[in-house]
Amino acid sequence: MIMHRKSPEDQPRIGVYVCHCGVNIAAKVDVEHVRDFAASLPGVVVSRDYKFACSDPGQELIQKDIREHDLNRIVVASCSPQLHERTFRRTCADAGLSPFFFQMANIREHVSWVTVDPGAATTKARALVAAAVRRVARAEALALRQVPVRPEVLVVGGGIAGIHSALTLANAGKKVFLVEREPTIGGHMAQLDKTFPTMDCSACILTPKMSDVKNHPNITMWTYSEVDEVSGFTGNFKVKVRRKARYIKEELCVGCGDCVDACVMKKEKVQVPDEFNVGLSKRKAVYMPFPQATPACMVIDPKQCLQLMKGKCAQTCVDACERAAVDFDQTDEIVEIDVGAIVMATGFRPFDAKRIPEYGYGRFDHVYTTLEVERLVNASGPTGGEVVLRDGTVPKTVGVIHCVGSRDRRHNAYCSKVCCMAALKMAHLVKERTGAEVFDFYVDMRTPSKGYEEFYDQVLSEGVQFIRGRVAEVTDWAMTPEEEGKLVIRVEDTLIGVARRVPVDMVILAVGLEPQVDTAEMQRRFNISCSQEGFFLERHPKLAPVSTFTDGIFLAGACQGPKDIPEVVAQAGAAAAEALALVDRGHVDIEPNTAWIEEEACSGCKTCIPLCPFNAITRDEEKAIAVVNDAMCKGCGTCVAACPSGAAQQNMFTDEQIYEEIEGVLAYV
Amino acid sequence: MKYLYYPGCSLKGSGRSYEESLLASFKKLGVEMHELPDWNCCGATAYMAVDEMKAFALAARNLALAERYGDGEPVTLVAPCNACYLALMKVQKYMAEYDEVGRTISDALASADLSYRGGVRVRQSLDVLLNDVGLDLLAEKINHPLGQWKVACYYGCQAVRPFAPFDDEYNPMSMDHLMRSIGAEPVDWPLKARCCGGTLTGTIPTVGLRLSYIILREAIDRGANVVATACPLCQFNLECYQSQMGREYGEDLDMPIVYYSQLLGQALGIDDRSLGLQRHFVPLTAAAAVG
Repeated sequence: MIMHRKSPEDQPRIGVYVCHCGVNIAAKVDVEHVRDFAASLPGVVVSRDYKFACSDPGQELIQKDIREHDLNRIVVASCSPQLHERTFRRTCADAGLSPFFFQMANIREHVSWVTVDPGAATTKARALVAAAVRRVARAEALALRQVPVRPEVLVVGGGIAGIHSALTLANAGKKVFLVEREPTIGGHMAQLDKTFPTMDCSACILTPKMSDVKNHPNITMWTYSEVDEVSGFTGNFKVKVRRKARYIKEELCVGCGDCVDACVMKKEKVQVPDEFNVGLSKRKAVYMPFPQATPACMVIDPKQCLQLMKGKCAQTCVDACERAAVDFDQTDEIVEIDVGAIVMATGFRPFDAKRIPEYGYGRFDHVYTTLEVERLVNASGPTGGEVVLRDGTVPKTVGVIHCVGSRDRRHNAYCSKVCCMAALKMAHLVKERTGAEVFDFYVDMRTPSKGYEEFYDQVLSEGVQFIRGRVAEVTDWAMTPEEEGKLVIRVEDTLIGVARRVPVDMVILAVGLEPQVDTAEMQRRFNISCSQEGFFLERHPKLAPVSTFTDGIFLAGACQGPKDIPEVVAQAGAAAAEALALVDRGHVDIEPNTAWIEEEACSGCKTCIPLCPFNAITRDEEKAIAVVNDAMCKGCGTCVAACPSGAAQQNMFTDEQIYEEIEGVLAYV
Repeated sequence: MKYLYYPGCSLKGSGRSYEESLLASFKKLGVEMHELPDWNCCGATAYMAVDEMKAFALAARNLALAERYGDGEPVTLVAPCNACYLALMKVQKYMAEYDEVGRTISDALASADLSYRGGVRVRQSLDVLLNDVGLDLLAEKINHPLGQWKVACYYGCQAVRPFAPFDDEYNPMSMDHLMRSIGAEPVDWPLKARCCGGTLTGTIPTVGLRLSYIILREAIDRGANVVATACPLCQFNLECYQSQMGREYGEDLDMPIVYYSQLLGQALGIDDRSLGLQRHFVPLTAAAAVG
């Protein structure tokens, strides 16, 4: 809604409130001085300093002044508008003043927290207050716009985070699109054997939820699919999803496996490493990742299938399939959907242990990662749950190494949080299955969650030997006859202060968690931020932990940072609830920062029309001027900056307001 | 190809055969090496432990000379000795990253009418052979492939740690690739970049000898009949103390310890004298009998 363009007739009567924010501001900025300075500015009727302007008494003080001094403009010099602009707008509105007659000057984040010298801080605070006072004098009474919100929600990623979010939303009656890149949902949790600390079977607790997703009437599950493009804004996102050709008709395939038996890639040496078993077994070109894959549908790997690569194959799979589900002519399909909210649940990737060459992963056959051992101890894994090494022997001594790729400034400075417990679980499982002597090399043992410390105690009492020290290297260099043929773990035992050599048959590397390899691309595509280490950034680490800086996009699970399953599920529920709160309200309030054209000044040159990214500008041929469609304008300001005659103006950012603000900063420095 | 060459003290003294073989090989490969005029000690010796700043000043003078020699053009300074290589790399890093070091060293250089702006690229000769000369050209020039050698490639610590712009810190491979290209067979072993004992062989001989012995023992266990090194100090420790190690550990040691450049020179058809092979205590010929 476009309101006044010019300032109202009545003269500005401005109230200025300089907040101490306890000592956050007052310890650096001379607030009394800034208060007195503000009182001297034109139009300022009341100027006060106050301990906490955002407190109830603080707000009541402002409201009382509005009534008693007939104030029509308010400036609060305090923290970032991100935190309290809404608070003070409401304060004004409740006192009968348009919320858009309120202006905030940020003298905390922009001044007291980032300035060393108190004198300089006070000078800068004065300048910002002066700018706010001059700007607010030109403020106009506007009204928030309301835009309807679509009720559908997109969940990106089908691991436990995406699954839990999707089910929560679907159970609340929302239509959910669940998009998963791999041929099946389930994510990393599907690869795990047991889950700490209760040692529930991972598949047993996950697969029922996978099945619920598949069968839920409110969930559209697209596996082997990726999000290509996102446009629009909160409440009204337009998303293009690429459904990759799986060369199997999903609606016909029942996952019987006849095509797999028939596939011509019979010899193991022409087969390829099985992703689900982390390369510990082989698969053919046509495959299903694991028996409980959801959907229970085959997929043909176009990089391995002879027919798809070379166009030459006996096509035994086609003959074997009674339901005629094989379709070599399939192509990628792009589907466009409209959603109100998006939940990102794209997960993590395990640290590549090859990046620490001194641990010998990839060089020594008997060095494994935790994820590989998950598959080894799993009854449906490549060895049927037997812990046997690559040479077929059962290890008698095993070393578990913590912090591989974590808490290591060469790689990731952060703690990956789950690896201590994962390592303890491995120590327990391997000991239980093989009776091997297990050595556990830790830097600090971190087990701070419900039942975790008790699990550590249990593993201690089981006789696992704990050695405190960061392992220097894993080597096949034997110094004594006992070390011959073994892997020797060299470490400084920091509790007894000696360098030790511990010969073992098997080494398990507790690898850390890293952001997905294409996080940067996803960040661009969804227009969200990443923290320094590359995980998606939450809006506020304490108070908005599942929101992003882009309204309508929420975060669930390890894409936001390393987390274990209980935490992931809790966060996925929270993300679903936030998405629900958005779509259930039915509308979003949008700042009235739209552009408009001053008719007399417009020359009809059409410069702005092709520049508008939202196609919101058309030309009124009769008057030969540009016209902005208020409903389509997103307030980006491109046309305002481009207009050669200054005819394009933007609410809340008129030239007048911005010039006054600049003058304010400059005049009093 | 044209490079500025920084020999350092060892290559003019105990490591003379390194210089002889390296320069002869580069010449055969058509690579020009110009010795840096008026170079001085790299600072690596005892200086580094006694007064780091003086050591930096020494190293920096060489860099300043090299930069001046380049006269505005980018300069690559080849330092075949690992200790020199590390000392030169280190002062560059410290001057760039620590203001106080940068200032102090610049002042010291200025008192000798010199300056250093960071325009010199310091490289190990292995790096030049692998990445500039390249294995393709080498394969073309090799006319005496050395099939008889099973080589334990011993890089020493300083070529790859803490700076390893051209190879892996713990499992370097550049010398292995070089040896394969001249027809020899590099053995796979884990002590390629472990400490040889350094100067401990002189100061605390029991520890120094033990560290050297560990290297030799493992090379023998892995089936090597010659050890190739890239560092004059490693070469010295491993070769000259073999009889002492033998007495200490009760075994006859007779392992030739040569520079990779000597084997390269042989494969290029250069005669043994030009490669300085007569200077060694354990003759290279002994290996044939061992192997």
